[in-house]
Amino acid sequence: MIKTKYLIIGNSAGGVGAAEAIRKHDSSGTIIIVSDEPYPVYGRALISKYLSRERIFEDILYRDQDFYKQNGINALLDKNVESVDTNTRTARLSDGETIAWEKLLLATGGTPIVPPMKGADKKGVFTFTKLNDAKALDGYLNNAGKAVVIGGGLIGLSVSEALHKRGLGVTIVEMKDRILNVMLDEQSSHMAEDNLSNSGVQVKTNNTVAEIGGGESVTHVILSDGQKLACDLVVVAIGVSPRKNIAAAAGIEVNRGILVNRQMQTSMPNVYACGDVAEAYDFIYDICRPVPIWPGAYLGGMTAGANMAGGEAEYPGVTAMNSLGYFGLDIVSAGMVIAPDDSYELLVDESNGNYKKLVLKDNYIKGMVFVGDIDKSGIIFGLMKDKVDVSQFKQKLLTDDFGLIHLPEPMWRQRLECSL
Amino acid sequence: MAKVYLNPDVCIGCGLCSVYCTVEHSGTKDIIKTFNSQPERPQSRVRIEREGINAFSIQCRHCQEPWCVYSCLTGAMSKSAANNTVEYAANKCVGCWSCVMVCPNGVLARDVSTHQIAKCDLCPGRDVPACVANCPNEALTLMTDDGKIINGFSEDMVVENIVID
Repeated sequence: MIKTKYLIIGNSAGGVGAAEAIRKHDSSGTIIIVSDEPYPVYGRALISKYLSRERIFEDILYRDQDFYKQNGINALLDKNVESVDTNTRTARLSDGETIAWEKLLLATGGTPIVPPMKGADKKGVFTFTKLNDAKALDGYLNNAGKAVVIGGGLIGLSVSEALHKRGLGVTIVEMKDRILNVMLDEQSSHMAEDNLSNSGVQVKTNNTVAEIGGGESVTHVILSDGQKLACDLVVVAIGVSPRKNIAAAAGIEVNRGILVNRQMQTSMPNVYACGDVAEAYDFIYDICRPVPIWPGAYLGGMTAGANMAGGEAEYPGVTAMNSLGYFGLDIVSAGMVIAPDDSYELLVDESNGNYKKLVLKDNYIKGMVFVGDIDKSGIIFGLMKDKVDVSQFKQKLLTDDFGLIHLPEPMWRQRLECSL
Repeated sequence: MAKVYLNPDVCIGCGLCSVYCTVEHSGTKDIIKTFNSQPERPQSRVRIEREGINAFSIQCRHCQEPWCVYSCLTGAMSKSAANNTVEYAANKCVGCWSCVMVCPNGVLARDVSTHQIAKCDLCPGRDVPACVANCPNEALTLMTDDGKIINGFSEDMVVENIVID
């Protein structure tokens, strides 16, 4: 049996954010991080840069190679946690080892969703959330010419761009009537779709893959409308679901994800959760819900770590927020991008080929979309996050020269003084 | 920590800080070559704002709660434990613009020449950053690690022992 003060399950943004926060409060308490991946922490979004061969492994590392040593962290890589017991405060690894812990963080992330599909077990069917997925795909590209990507969301676009850069013909199949439908409104979706088409990527909306065909390996897919598309590989990029099975089995309260409060504590004492596996606070909707984004995982981990080590931290919350630049088109979206009803006010600017839209409620910003010129999106995001009443300068928000100087003078003077 | 401060009461919005920032971050550091010959000159790390009688320039404020660090997908942005500044490792940046999305001051600029972020780095290799050294109105000052305030107007850099509380 190994004993540790802090056990962190998961070695990505959440786990690392927690370890860093723990070390700020507790320089010597033992930390173990367990990960089922064999790698030190890397930027998960960068696996597409790895697949496109723009970056080698060493260049997608999130922290330096000696991060674990420097911070006195015992990283148990390539190990699976089979179960945790919150009464005896232990965790069992699949290799038979038992770890006794005082504080536990579940940062187990998400599992790619693969819906039941005929032929999904054929050679040439991939998911795309981990470095090993990128490596598996990379090893399959030698004789591949055509790819079908199922899902027109963030992961689908990222893998499509990488495959396109590797010279493959790519078709994206999206079930809904438009791509990126979770994070964009109709107009920005269509701008993104036009940009894909102009780049040579086919997009088929209102369609799903009914069947993956071929012998041992993929040779084609059959869509729900009957079309048959020849392809050498299929990437299933529909989304991820919280990987909560260990928590649920341990009797920790779960809904879609593990329930946590603003301190990132679960229903069990001394047990915390963060990242894609958790249902944490969303500051726009003012509820807890799964928001599987990297900044949320890191901030949640930071909050959990501080509290695990005896500090007092409250999770500020995040909201659905994404920045994407696929195929050369910069897009930023955050919060409520579609007004739920007509009590909301819309501000839209479409000058110079850009698209900017804000969703306001009673003079508070609740959502934003920027396509093309995204340079001022951060100022808007800050006003949204900090819940600033914009009534005094609302008409300036989307103008080209908008800046801090349009905020009330005490506010911009404060900004110059570095007070945030 | 060392940081550039601006006194908005004496800033006239001339924009020289931005000009010299661009020059300093160009390969040649020559103002004529930077603005005439370079097809894609570097992005200035400072932004000038003007409205009515007010004007100021602004660059990274090294936030206490640095959302750029929290949001960075690659680890390029970090908060230095030693001097509390927000630091940027260009070699790790892939231009995902996550930091642009969250910077409350809008001072992380997309640099089209590198497809990376342009962020104030306090001009490594110089005692006084180019913006401070070339501010004609002494509106920009550098506060050093030990609390000294340096103006850049005179050639030998007037050093005053004023400590801001």
